[in-house]
Order: sequence, then C-alpha cells, then structure tokens
Amino acid sequence: MRFTNAAASYIDERTSISGAVRELGRKIFPDHWSFMLGEVALYSFVVILISGTFLTFFFDPSMSHVHYEGSYAPLRGIEMSAAMASTLDISFDIRGGLLMRQVHHWAALLFVASIGLHMLRVFFTGAFRKPREINWVIGFVLFILAMAEGFTGYSLPDDLLSGNGLRIIDGMLKGFPIVGTWISYLLFGGEFPGLVVIPRLFVLHIMLLPAILIAALGLHLLLMVINKHTQFAGPGRTNENVVGVPVMPVFAAKAGGFFFVVFGVLVLIASFFQINPIWNYGPYDPSPVSAGTQPDWYIGFADGALRLVPPGWEFVLWGWTFSFNILVPVAILGLFIVIVAIYPFIEAWVTGDKREHHIAERPRNAPTRTAIGAAGVTFYAVLWAAASSDLMATHFRLSIEGVIHTLQALLFLGPLIAFLVTKRVCLALQKKDREIALHGYESGRIVRLPGGEYVEVHQPVSEYERWRLVSYEDYAPLMIRPNDQGRITLGMRMRAALSRWFFEDRISPATKGELEQGGHH
Amino acid sequence: MAKQDNGESSAAAGSAVENHGAPKASSGTAVVASDAFTNPGLPPHQPRVTDVDPAKERQATRRVGGLFLVSILGSIFAIVAYIVFPIVPGDMLSVRLNTLFLGLGITLALIPLGIGAIYWAKNLMSNHEHVEMRHSTRGTEETRAAAARVFTLGNEESGFTRRKLIRNSLIGALAVFPLPAIVMFRDLAPAENPATLFKHTMWDEGTRLTLDPSGAPIRAADVTIGSVFHVIPEGLEEAEHPLDEKAKAAVLLMRLDPEELNEAEDRKDWSYDGIVAYSKICTHVGCPVALYEQHTHHLLCPCHQSEFDVANHCEVIFGPAKRPLPQLPIAVDSEGYLVAQSDFHEPVGPSFWERSA
Repeated sequence: MRFTNAAASYIDERTSISGAVRELGRKIFPDHWSFMLGEVALYSFVVILISGTFLTFFFDPSMSHVHYEGSYAPLRGIEMSAAMASTLDISFDIRGGLLMRQVHHWAALLFVASIGLHMLRVFFTGAFRKPREINWVIGFVLFILAMAEGFTGYSLPDDLLSGNGLRIIDGMLKGFPIVGTWISYLLFGGEFPGLVVIPRLFVLHIMLLPAILIAALGLHLLLMVINKHTQFAGPGRTNENVVGVPVMPVFAAKAGGFFFVVFGVLVLIASFFQINPIWNYGPYDPSPVSAGTQPDWYIGFADGALRLVPPGWEFVLWGWTFSFNILVPVAILGLFIVIVAIYPFIEAWVTGDKREHHIAERPRNAPTRTAIGAAGVTFYAVLWAAASSDLMATHFRLSIEGVIHTLQALLFLGPLIAFLVTKRVCLALQKKDREIALHGYESGRIVRLPGGEYVEVHQPVSEYERWRLVSYEDYAPLMIRPNDQGRITLGMRMRAALSRWFFEDRISPATKGELEQGGHH
Repeated sequence: MAKQDNGESSAAAGSAVENHGAPKASSGTAVVASDAFTNPGLPPHQPRVTDVDPAKERQATRRVGGLFLVSILGSIFAIVAYIVFPIVPGDMLSVRLNTLFLGLGITLALIPLGIGAIYWAKNLMSNHEHVEMRHSTRGTEETRAAAARVFTLGNEESGFTRRKLIRNSLIGALAVFPLPAIVMFRDLAPAENPATLFKHTMWDEGTRLTLDPSGAPIRAADVTIGSVFHVIPEGLEEAEHPLDEKAKAAVLLMRLDPEELNEAEDRKDWSYDGIVAYSKICTHVGCPVALYEQHTHHLLCPCHQSEFDVANHCEVIFGPAKRPLPQLPIAVDSEGYLVAQSDFHEPVGPSFWERSA
C-alpha cells in the first residue's frame, strides 16, 4: 500500500494525473447489450494490432522471385514472390504462425462486421443526432479505413486470389476517364502486376492506414467521452442525465473482461477454422483463376455492383473510351456511402430540431428513419448477394442469367418493399405500445361476465414500464410559411415535402388524459 | 432512486440541464403534448442474491478466483504446447496440432480471464445505478466570449486581416507548397507512356504458341475438336518481366468444327482448320476468362460472369463486358507448329481511356 501511494504520488507530481482520474474515474456509462458492438470493434482492432505486429516480424513484403523451399511439399520448387514464400513460411515453419495469421484474418473480418453492426445500432436508435453528427462522420471514416485495411491486407500474400483482386482494381482504375490509365500505371510502378505494388501496399497497410485509423479512433473515443454515451429511454433516465455504472470499478471490469472474451473467442475460432488457405490457391499467375472466387465479405458489395451492370455499357466518343460499366457502379456506390455519411445532416434539416438528443430511440418510434435504414440494408444486401451470383447459380441449379436479372430487379424493388413493410411494421408496433400503455397487457385470464360474455382481463402496466412505452419524440410535418420577404423558396418547399414524407404517418405517444379517459369505459 | 457514494454526480438528479444563458435551441417540428406522462424516476433497487446471502457471495468469490486460476493454467498450457507440439518440417499434422493446442491454450488463458472479470463485476461489485448530469456541449457564454477574444487579439496583434498583402501571399504560399509532392509521384512508374505499353504484347509474327505453364510448342494436329489449350508465347520465361508479359499475352486456344465457326470475311485467314486463338484477359476488368463450355462454345469469366461466344469471334452475349475478346491471328509453321501471324490487332484486357486513340 505504501508503495502504491508513493508511486501514485510520484506520477502525479510529474503529470497532474490526479485531475484526470478525478474527472474520468467515476464517469458513468449506461448499460445495454447493443452498446457492446462498438466495443467489439475496438477490441478486435487491438487483436489485429497484436497479431499483425507478430506477422510483420516474419513477412517479407517483396515481389522478387524465389523458388519456394519450405516445408509445404506440393509447392516446393515452384517459383513465387518472396511475399508468398514468407507467408507460407509463417504458415508452415513458424510455431504459432498459422494461428496468428488466422487470428489476424478472423479479427479483421470481425472488425469490419462489428463496425457495420455498430453503425446500424447508432443509425436505428438515432444516436447520430445532435451533438453526435461529427462523431458519426468520424465513425464512417473508420468504416472506410477498415475496408481499405482489409483490402490491402488481403493483397499482401501475393497468392492467386489476392492477385486477382488487384487485377480487378487495376481494371477498375483503368476505366476512369483521363487519369485512370496513369493512376494504374503509377500504382503498379509500370504494367500490371509489376514488382512494386506489394511493398507499396504493405507500407499503406502497416503504417499510413493504421496511423490515420488510430488517430480517427482516438478522436472517436474522445468525442464519445465529451458527448457522454446515449442511453435508452427508461424510468429515471432523462435527456439531462446518464444512468449507469461508474468506470471505476464496474465498467472497467466489464469492458476489460469483455476485451479478453473477444480476444479469446477470436483465438478459439482461429484454432479450429481455417481461413485464407493460400497454399491451395498457389502463387499469383495472371492466367489461371478458379471458379467461384470470392472476395472477403466486406468487399462483396462492390464486386456485386460490378456484376449487376447490364451488357454493353461502354462507349467510344471523340476517340476516348468511356467505361460506364465501371463508372456507373462506382458512382452508385459512391452516392450510397455519401448518403450514409451525411444522413444525420439531412434528418436534422428536415426536423429543424436544434436541441441536443441523448436518448437512444427505439427504432419503431422513428418509423420513416427505420424504414430508410431497412431500405439501405436491403440495397447493400442485394449488391452483396450479387457477389456470389455464380455460387447461387451453381448451388441452386439456376441459370447465371436468371440470377443476375433477378438481382437487378431486386436492387430497385427490394429497398422499396423493405421501406414500405418496415414503416408499416413500425407504426403497428407503436400502436401496440399505445394500446398496452393505455389499456394494459393481456393477462391471459378469461372471465365470464354475469351476462354470459367472456372477456380477457387486461392488467395495467407499472408506471415504470409505461414510461418506456410513452417517452419518445414526436414530430409533426412542417407547415410552409413565407419567410421575412414574404416568399416561399425552393429549399423551403423541398424541406416541407421531405418533412411530410417523414412525418405524415405518425402515432403520437399516449398521454395522461387519454389514460384517464381509457380508464372510464 | 439510488443515491450513492459518488456525491457529485447524484446531487442534481432531475434538475434541468444548465444552459449557461445560451439561446434556447429550436425544437423544430417536434410536438410535446401538454398532458404528457412524467418520468416516474428510477425504480427501487433490487438486491442480488450475492448482496443478501453471504454463502452465495463466498461462492461467487470462489468462482471468480477459480476462473482466474484456469486462465493461469491456460497460459502455462500454451507455453507447454508450443514446446511439446513442435512443427516437424513437411509434416502437415504437426502444423495442425501446433495451431490447435497453442490456440486452445491461449483461448483458455483469455476467455476465463474475461468471464471472471465480468462475473466479478456483475455479482460482487456494487450494482447500484448512478446518475450523472449532462452539461450542454456548447461552452458557457463566458468561455465562448473568451475564445472569440483570443482570435480577435490574434488578429489585432498580427494584423492578419489588416495586412492584406501578407494574408493573401500566405494563403497563396500554403496552396502552392504541396505541389512539388504531387510532381514527385511521377517516378512511381518508369518514363514510358502507359497507353503505348498497354497496346502491345509479346506476340509477333512467327512466335510459337506454347502450353501454359510448360512452354512446350503445340502441333496443330494435336488440337482435337472440342479441346481447349491455355497458351503462352514462346520465350515468355526469358522475358524481362514474365508476369507482366503473361498478364497481356495469355491466350486460349480452341478447336471447333469449322462448320460452326461464323467468321468475318476479313478474319477468315486468322484461324487454322477450326483452330482459333483468343486473348484470355477479360475485356471488363482483366480477369482470366478461364471457363470454357464445350458444347455451347461459350467462355465464362469467373469474376463477373461475362460470357463470350467463341463461334462468333468471342462476342459478348451476357455480363458487364462490352468488347469481344481480341483474336490472335494464327498459322502453322513448316514443322506443323502453331505460330502467331502478328501481335493482336487491338489492345487486350480492360478498357482504358486512350484505348482507341
């Protein structure tokens, strides 16, 4: 104890750390299972850093040609790049090397997946609203960086699949007007595949991208501390407070413990389940490719977008080649992710609500937003499914043309159906909530009245339970009123139209007055 | 509601957020009913079994300790496994066992450690809910005024807006100074013009067609109807950059019944007795078009499912590609081996901006 005191005092006298401990040590964190999704992302990133550092000690990011002389007999004597050979050495000659490779790969897959789920949680609960719009954008940047990290990492072993992935990138770059040819040429240091792209991607993968990612991650967490975490509506929880557990000791123990659980589960998966067996694919060669090649899951939506382009979208005008079969899918993906990035600002403009919001909404209580989210998820899912169009055709014995045509139609119809269905489901759930708040829940007790009528007795819910059902934001559609100059601008009309689309179907929260009336009949 | 030992955070529970005299933010089109329900406050605290039963508390303590002990054993097991399950060169089972037992040891070190900490937090640490007040994110009016004063003073003392020459030339200098960095990227690639490079391959008049990867020349008589050969140009291995050359020069050789070939007038002499050679590099984004369906004469690209009809000069019949696969004109030399008549007559592989220029 004396030592601890002395050490704490020593450090404080040199850092003023006591102030930070007083401020942050008992900071309150609210509790909900869905708040752990972001934690999963953070912890899988730490696992990626740890396993990735181990891999860099053995990986040789060079494309110079060597004859493989390692332990894996089927490839012995085959010419390949030093990158591929050293990856095989990590897999077959370094104890724990294969384990760390698989931990790294599984952690990367989980990293992107958990970021995606975390974003969906934030979106569907409206946790991106003021004051968290900027943090939403930072989180979005993290998502893009995670995919870029994934893709560069996927390319490094220089096996057949990674080379084919790069070939597709090369083809896409070349499809860009004016600069495309040159960007591809400069990236590959000459013609594809060249001898330099892997060392270059290696620098991006282990230095530049992680540096930006860590900086953005730090900012993301800092803003979370400054804004404090959102909490779900519930008794005692208001927009002005945070109800939960203090960092020291409960949250620290739970979060720290959870890190070890995530780490442990990743190691467990890596011990049992093979991922990216590059020795089955062989070294990169521009000529062979196996049927049913798949990118890692998070690149699927981009690959699917390329597959869904109808034939013939390429034109030569004034002697220049316009590859709309590449530009259109890239533009659609770009538009999609830009809408994701700026959605908080669109919704803020529509509602005109400038207040701070710290209560995470239940998705049903924002029916239009939830429906938009469902439409976006469907759009993404169709693109993602399209990346496996050939596998769907072979597994279900369908024609590849039929699968593609169906997915092309679904890309437009799917989001529409998802929007309409989700919105109706949300409104129905809201109605049900109102019903329960005002008339209680079905007790399951059937009573025969003296007149012979049977009724089911409804039990009133507790005031705590009722509060959870009735405490939500309710917006009315915007009425256009002329501005100071007596004019109605185009912007005002657009905002009013959007507002009507958002809020014309709405279920207002139950009120005290309604409860009293309901009690009388 | 729980008033706990953290005096500062629970004191002001329920009071409105302090607003620092800032203008009240607009609530937009939000509607608040006048007789809305009011927040009933935190429900009464429910003690856990470990709070009321000392025996259960001791049991939970033992469980946490037990889990941490398992974790220690897991770490030791992992170290032991590293040594007793070495990798024997060439023995794939040893790789599998090493991965499995080392991984299981580390798993055993990590998961009980995590679960132990969580179990401790959930069952033994105080589970009273604490309330902390939020503060408006916006700084106080006083702070904001002070911040504004910092900028005003900075401006006055430097004369940033007053001395327009300095300001404008500074902005200009800052805008121009990154330009050398952009120029310096030119030498990422050699001096040649890529558009010219992309338009030529290794194929030339008299270059023999050879098998991929053995490099053995192909006798026309050995190519039976319905067969398909993966072909590279002779001498590819001796090229300065074999993979770069292969990425452009890879060819598929197929023999069809000459009756089934619909050949254009000007390309009738590009084939030999039903043997045709087409670039293997997809005209979409450059994957190898490796799948040949013999009875339909269709080639399928496994990456994005473009389909090409070999009987009709590899025209696109489905998928995102636009252009047919370029045809390599072939002939037979005096020894009966297949040779190229010339290079391809158009650039192979994915489209690029200067392709037709």
